[in-house]
Amino acid sequence: MMNFNFNISELVFVMPELFLLAAISSILLFDLYVKEEFKKYTYHLSQAALLVTGLLAFNLIGESATIFSGTFVLDTLGSTFKVFIAGFSIIALVYSRQYLSVHGLLRNEYFILALMSILGMLVMVSGHSLLTLYLGLEIMSLSLYALIATARDRAFAIEAALKYFVLGAIASGLLLYGMSMIYGITGNLDIAQIASFASLATLEPQETLILNFGLVFLVIGVAFKLGAVPFHMWVPDVYQGSPTSVTMFLSTVPKLAAVALLVRLLIDGLSDFQHYWADLFMILAVLSIAVGSLVALTQVNIKRMLAYSTISHIGFVLLGFVTGVLEGYGSAVFYVFAYILMSLAAFGSIIVLNRSGFEADQISDFKGLSKHSPWFALIMLVVMLSMAGVPPFIGFYSKLFILQQVVSEGYVILAVIAVIFAVISAYYYLQIIKTMYFDDADKEIVVSAPFDLKAVLSVNGVLILVIGLMPSYWMNLSVSLF
Amino acid sequence: MDSLLSILIWLPILGGGSVLLIGNDRGSLAKWTSAVISVLVFILSLNLFLDFDTSTSAMQFVEKASWISQFNIFYHLGVDGISMPLIILTTFSTILVIIAGWEVIQNRIADYMAAFLMMEGIIIGVFSAMDSMLYYVFWEASLIPMLLIIGVWGGQNRVYAAIKFFLYTFLGSVFMLVSLIYMYNLGGSFAISDMHALPLTLAQQSWIFWAFFLAFAVKVPMFPVHTWLPDAHVQAPTGGSVILAAIMLKMGGYGFFRFSLPITPDASSYFAFVVIVLSLIAIVYIGFVALVQKDMKKLIAYSSISHMGFVTLGVFALFSIMKMDSNGELISIAGASIESAYLGLEGAMIQMVSHGFISAAMFLVVGVLYDRLHSREISTYGGVVNSMPKFTGFAVLFAMANAGLPGTSGFVGEFMVILGALQANFWYAFLAAMTLIVGAAYTLWMVKRVFWGPVNNPEVNSLSDINAREFSILAILAVAVLWMGVYPQPVIEVMHVSIANLLEQALTTKIPGIL
Repeated sequence: MMNFNFNISELVFVMPELFLLAAISSILLFDLYVKEEFKKYTYHLSQAALLVTGLLAFNLIGESATIFSGTFVLDTLGSTFKVFIAGFSIIALVYSRQYLSVHGLLRNEYFILALMSILGMLVMVSGHSLLTLYLGLEIMSLSLYALIATARDRAFAIEAALKYFVLGAIASGLLLYGMSMIYGITGNLDIAQIASFASLATLEPQETLILNFGLVFLVIGVAFKLGAVPFHMWVPDVYQGSPTSVTMFLSTVPKLAAVALLVRLLIDGLSDFQHYWADLFMILAVLSIAVGSLVALTQVNIKRMLAYSTISHIGFVLLGFVTGVLEGYGSAVFYVFAYILMSLAAFGSIIVLNRSGFEADQISDFKGLSKHSPWFALIMLVVMLSMAGVPPFIGFYSKLFILQQVVSEGYVILAVIAVIFAVISAYYYLQIIKTMYFDDADKEIVVSAPFDLKAVLSVNGVLILVIGLMPSYWMNLSVSLF
Repeated sequence: MDSLLSILIWLPILGGGSVLLIGNDRGSLAKWTSAVISVLVFILSLNLFLDFDTSTSAMQFVEKASWISQFNIFYHLGVDGISMPLIILTTFSTILVIIAGWEVIQNRIADYMAAFLMMEGIIIGVFSAMDSMLYYVFWEASLIPMLLIIGVWGGQNRVYAAIKFFLYTFLGSVFMLVSLIYMYNLGGSFAISDMHALPLTLAQQSWIFWAFFLAFAVKVPMFPVHTWLPDAHVQAPTGGSVILAAIMLKMGGYGFFRFSLPITPDASSYFAFVVIVLSLIAIVYIGFVALVQKDMKKLIAYSSISHMGFVTLGVFALFSIMKMDSNGELISIAGASIESAYLGLEGAMIQMVSHGFISAAMFLVVGVLYDRLHSREISTYGGVVNSMPKFTGFAVLFAMANAGLPGTSGFVGEFMVILGALQANFWYAFLAAMTLIVGAAYTLWMVKRVFWGPVNNPEVNSLSDINAREFSILAILAVAVLWMGVYPQPVIEVMHVSIANLLEQALTTKIPGIL
């Protein structure tokens, strides 16, 4: 049935993926065969591979093609997402290396697994058939499970890896189940074919029902990957148990890939069923914002607190998709970009406080930071205020954009609920500021970071302010993707 | 200068940034840099007054540049007769707090000075923004330095006070954000002047009115959302209290002038009674609450709430004085003259400026005592006049002004508002005038217990009188208080045309179909 044509000239459109795959294989061999003293260069090679992948993807922006018999799509959204995935991953790896080396976890498998999961994300972003999407998702997820377990002598990390694996497998199963329903009724794996089937005016009620049935499972699968309530149970435990560098990676780049999965399945594929999935998203969004804001109030572990904060941010992202208009989708993507930028800086600030034999993961570890290290305290202050949605930082504009879209589609009450919970969540962000600025240090603080980390973290913090002052370009970019 | 307002906003903010870079280790340099910047900004801001055209209600010193194009948000600045006095009040007060913190603040001096400079720039931004989103950005951003000022340099219970302050005002303002977005979706523009012209039904206006009301009432603060203020004032360092009372409260009053009245005129008229009742409760009841305070700062904080009640009373009494007839002519209700409507609004403005001077002075007076004995309790003191005669002279002058003695600025605003309110309703005026008794009671009783009488505490005898630095700050404020008391005409002239325009807007119905 499926007629698979292969045309060699199409390979130019998968250059980023091909290059990354080749790079991963060569780095793996490099690491295997070089002498001990050269092994430290694996990190540099990984960074270089990401940089080149990002540049290749950047080069493809503007190109548009559907290749490999419709299983792989290249469009502006895909290429732009790939550039951001590569860019954010570079930042994440800079922060990771410091954490890993102070805790004796620095093994080169870490970078290879990270690159592998990034490859999965790139495939997901461009997946244009149910099969490709699932393939990308599994490449990503399996690498992430292993990444958590790299801290193999930490009981918490093993627990987190297992929990994530089991629940992730259930979610993948549900997603597959939904995909099989869709395949069963449409007879197609190709997203474009599914879309044209779903848009038929002559759909039998029976067919609509089965499509809807499948749709619910797709939404659950996506919600699980995003960590939206009530499919968020894994998030706090995994965030807390994983090594901080992995938590940072988990909470940032894969969210972008999950949003891409959402766009491919629901917007490219089932946009004719938008009012069905938008209703589901509305419930997920409100629950996520509420639970994320309320439960975070009582946390003392900063990774766990950030986990709940992520859940509430994801609620805002979903609100953008509820609107059902292109600008609304753009606002959701802008929110994800902003969220990742803030989340990276937040975890970067936590990592700066780690030192050999000392795992900084309690809120109280920030006590008195503003006296000891005013610059990093200021960065964390900016990040926290930005997450709380206080202008003039980027977090405010991302909320403003979402709220504007939500109100313009007539959901004023949703906007009111969202801002009330934004005020509630401001309380726990203020707790961090209070700990840094108003409390005195009760133990020794050591800020240990190599120059590259300090520089990248500083730029990251400054970007949160600068994009906040001039958000126009990035908002336009996000909207232009749809 | 074409970009005077931008300079006034960004010079202190960037200056504050450079003071941060100078660092706490070079405190003296940081202090002098801050002082120079604040004086420079004040001198520049005087240009607003000198070059101001009092014959027009149009915005002046306008700057406009595209900022966030997809939402039609502009970097749009301008001042009229309502915002200009408040900007000069801001630049004036900032100099005072920087000098007031000179020797007192030992801990992280550069950060302290930088916070006040940045706050100055941000608040000037609030008063000069002509685009509601720009306004909102400045409005919210002003919370950040104040949060840190209270939390880092505050008293015992500073953490509680700082977070309460932040969350209270944040909660108030997010509803304003939603209604601004709502109006943007109706009219396609965030420009405040476009919102003034946006037709709205009474139902829409009512929602928007209450959303605005929440934001501004918390800031003013009005009864019953005033409870953050005593905490914030008591815990804040002297400079923080001064800025909070002298300027930040005015942001709420300014909001009523700039947003509530012109954007939701019908709802304002419809709900004016509620606001007036709340104002009268603030004036009378909070005055009695002030009477029983044992802590001087708390007493002044409550007295601030009571005095700010005059601002909201003066604004909303308007709707009981004037209305617009079907021909678009302003006519009076119950035979009041058109001047009495002006009296209410202009009295409210004068009251804001005057309260800026007096509350700043009162908090500085308490600060002088606190720096010496580290106590704000009234009972610690007694007979201070024996050891600090010069200081007592100033303190008594400011206390008289706070009580509304004729010849001081405190009298002018309150008297104008009471006169206006008398035209609206006798009982409004009667209750408001009670403050002349209650206010005198709590202020003078405090003066009696702190400055006169026997010396209860041996430490009071060894107090040193104010030094040249303290003398100069108090003297400047004394001049300001007396000048406003004797000759408020320049300020009234500046605002008169703008107030007339506002009066027109506030009384013109926006409900489509009527008229």
